Amino acid sequence: MFGKLTLQAIPFDQPIIMGTCMVLIIGILAILGLITYKQKWQWLWTEWLTTVDHKRIGIMYTLLAMVMLLRGFSDAIMMRSQQALASGNARGFLPPEHYDQIFSAHGTIMIFFMAMPFVVGLMNFVVPLQIGARDVAFPVLNSVSFWLTAAGSLLINISLGVGEFARTGWLAYPPLSELSFSPGVGVDYYLWSLQIAGVGTLLSGVNLITTILKLRAPGMTLSRMPVFSWTALAANMLIVAAFPVLTATFAMLIADRYLGMHFFTNDGGGNPMMYINLIWAWGHPEVYILILPAFGVFSEVIATFSRKPLFGYRSMVVATMAITLLAFTTWLHHFFTMGSGADVNGFFGITTMVIAIPTGVKIFNWLFTIYGGRIRFTSPVLWTIGFMVTFTIGGMTGVLMAVPPADFVLHNSLFLIAHFHNVIIGGVVFGCFAGLTYWFPKAFGFRLHEGLGKAAFWCWFIGFYLAFMPLYVLGFMGMTRRMNHYDDPAWLPYLLVAECGAVFILIGILLQITQLVWSIHKRDELSKDARDPWDARTLEWSTTSPPPAYNFALLPKVEGLDAYWEAKQGAEASPQKAYEPIEIPKNSGLGFMVSFFAVIGGFGMIWHIWWMGIVALLGFIALLIGRSWDEHDEYELMPSDIARLERAGVHAS
Amino acid sequence: MRLPNWPRAALKTSIAIACASLSACEEGVLVPKGPVGAQEKQLLLEALIPMLMVITPIILLTLWFAWWFRASNARAKYRPRWEYSGHIEFSIWMIPLLIILFLGTLAWVGAHQLDPYRPLVSSRKPVRVEVVAMDWRWLFIYPDQGVASVNELAIPTGTPISLQLTSATVMDSFFVPELGGQIYAMPGMETKLSLLADQAGSYRGISAQFSGDGFSDMHFQVLATDDKAFNAWVDHVKAAGTRLDDAAYNQLASERSTGGTLYYASITNDLFAHAMDIATRRPSTAGAASPAHAGAMLTAGPTEH
Repeated sequence: MFGKLTLQAIPFDQPIIMGTCMVLIIGILAILGLITYKQKWQWLWTEWLTTVDHKRIGIMYTLLAMVMLLRGFSDAIMMRSQQALASGNARGFLPPEHYDQIFSAHGTIMIFFMAMPFVVGLMNFVVPLQIGARDVAFPVLNSVSFWLTAAGSLLINISLGVGEFARTGWLAYPPLSELSFSPGVGVDYYLWSLQIAGVGTLLSGVNLITTILKLRAPGMTLSRMPVFSWTALAANMLIVAAFPVLTATFAMLIADRYLGMHFFTNDGGGNPMMYINLIWAWGHPEVYILILPAFGVFSEVIATFSRKPLFGYRSMVVATMAITLLAFTTWLHHFFTMGSGADVNGFFGITTMVIAIPTGVKIFNWLFTIYGGRIRFTSPVLWTIGFMVTFTIGGMTGVLMAVPPADFVLHNSLFLIAHFHNVIIGGVVFGCFAGLTYWFPKAFGFRLHEGLGKAAFWCWFIGFYLAFMPLYVLGFMGMTRRMNHYDDPAWLPYLLVAECGAVFILIGILLQITQLVWSIHKRDELSKDARDPWDARTLEWSTTSPPPAYNFALLPKVEGLDAYWEAKQGAEASPQKAYEPIEIPKNSGLGFMVSFFAVIGGFGMIWHIWWMGIVALLGFIALLIGRSWDEHDEYELMPSDIARLERAGVHAS
Repeated sequence: MRLPNWPRAALKTSIAIACASLSACEEGVLVPKGPVGAQEKQLLLEALIPMLMVITPIILLTLWFAWWFRASNARAKYRPRWEYSGHIEFSIWMIPLLIILFLGTLAWVGAHQLDPYRPLVSSRKPVRVEVVAMDWRWLFIYPDQGVASVNELAIPTGTPISLQLTSATVMDSFFVPELGGQIYAMPGMETKLSLLADQAGSYRGISAQFSGDGFSDMHFQVLATDDKAFNAWVDHVKAAGTRLDDAAYNQLASERSTGGTLYYASITNDLFAHAMDIATRRPSTAGAASPAHAGAMLTAGPTEH
């Protein structure tokens, strides 16, 4: 009846896990209670859970990312504390079987459920507004995408209290992740939650590509498209090309574990090296999926706050597309030490370095955008400058490791850990925070508190350097990653400094939470000029903040780059045109219900509760059939309604 | 232009800290004890130093431009429409291109010169060692000497060591930071690595690829000694140990434990081939599904050091 699931699956003997679970359960119950007390269920359902508005879906993605950041960071600070304690004969407070789950969960959550939803959320919110579209191409599919990602993240968090998570590292290399070495449910949690979320991401990629290619406002040719939208196009092309590889790879590992097949097993003719090739054929493009939209954010921020157009727009676009292509030619540098031979290693070393050329061009482009500008040091600019400094260092250490013999001595060491945190925190995370601060007033109609934002930046910035520079040194000293304890006392001082860095970042996160709460509390004072608070250049700032459901009452006409800036300079009131009816998609519960069945089905498959899997499958089929007969999924806004809404909106903002 | 004093002070301090940190490395890959490690370190620095020479000005320019073109600086010239310069565009593509041309050459030549499969040039005949990674120990087989040891790799200095590696279990990575070189040990597959120790000493070897709960204790000691001491070590192993035949090997490979040094006075022929073969015969499903929190038996293994 319940497959492998018994009461023993709940780790009652683990105080850390049980304490966390209790706090989480109390927290969730408190939120549910508050919603009930305030009688907000109806509102939650119609305004958020069933919404198909790209702006709200983008906001929900971002919220999911921020919650998951807290989870991933809790794992991080536990790892840092463990290594700060487990020196010499000490064993720290986390036994290996728990510690191994923590570092696996940290990587998995930070990449799949923090960074991905954050960039997808930003793209979802910004891209249609920036290209002058009324929504994404497939609004209901967009909701399905989000809810599949949410389902995946719910499953991965259930693993905290019911059963265990993978003890294999964030990419679950076989044969360690095969049944003979990982018989528990941990790897199954990993596989099913990522499989579900991955499908959501793929659908979202299809959606945004179609949106960018088909729904741009009249006059916005590709060569007039803002750079953030370009990077979004590139990232989503990478998603569509790379995520099927991930899905297929995981499907093969699932077949090994569930059906006794032998794709990657030691016996039966399987070959684990194939998995490592395939997972990195997805994994390396994945890092560009994350960083390209961040590059886009920095491009918008630096141009806006320098009050200048972006320097070298065409170079920037060419560089972006070059990175998109080259992203698929470098995956082998993740395993130079697997004995591929000198020709193969040399080839992939060079292709890896070649990516540094367009990336370097981008750095120079931002540099010359600053040149001749009038820079206002707002917090998005601080994140951007912090990025330019930090990412350059991370890029350099990356190119260093692309030299195969250098990689032989640095592979899997803490030098590597320092390198990819250097580019992911210094690039992706800083970019997400810059984007969050930059577009927050557009989403909610009020700005985030600047002082707290700057304080948070400095904590993150200093914390990052304290936490990861010692790791470079430790890598040189021969400390490898994923150590639960070590007996070399010389490593301890560096790990203590790294622990201090983690504490700094913790303070940064607390300041960001304070910033959010404080800004909501003081939103009336912060809502001045919310329509265009930064004197920005692109179309999203030409509509109200927050924008109406249809984004633009009249679709903008675009006549050049930086369309809104030029319109502001011209300052001629364009002749008022008559409103035309707008078709708006109706709310749909489809996404939420797909997600519901995905959680049921995923949980059933993880615990071998087959009837739950069958229920979910039937549920999907029923939803599909129901959806196919739903012919009334749009309603029309009449010109008189639009005029009324516009008057109300203008007064409100 | 006058910079305020604190950035200079901060710069000086950070350089001092960086130098102090690096010079504190009295172990690891920056203190190689053999030619492979030394050449890898050399190459690492040859790549690092030119890049530092490029990125340092970029970082300083970033900070300087940002500070100079701040909105409150009336002396900075505002160019609200300046967005293109053919010369600059050309340069910003050429600068990274030239660096990568240089580094790419370095990578290609280095990958061939330091290919782990390439035998080291030496007048002395290499000592062959066959390495089997286990959960979570290292087995070293000396086919020419007819002995084997666990977690202790004795090697004569000045003699190339020719390693053949495989794994009895999951993937591991063989790495001795002081000697350089690193290669995966993989089940059912054979990889190769050539190493050489110039200086006598005791160096730490590790697995650099996570392999499960006992991974943190999966290290071994490299004893680099002169020929005389190496031969004495072989004699010592022959006197002290038991025989490692296929059955004893299978028993050893199936023990999931950490730590401890073992010696085997004699071995069967083709033990390495047997190790490669048996790894691909391990059933892919565990006999009994263990409960969800089955990590606890790990502590059963001996961890004396």
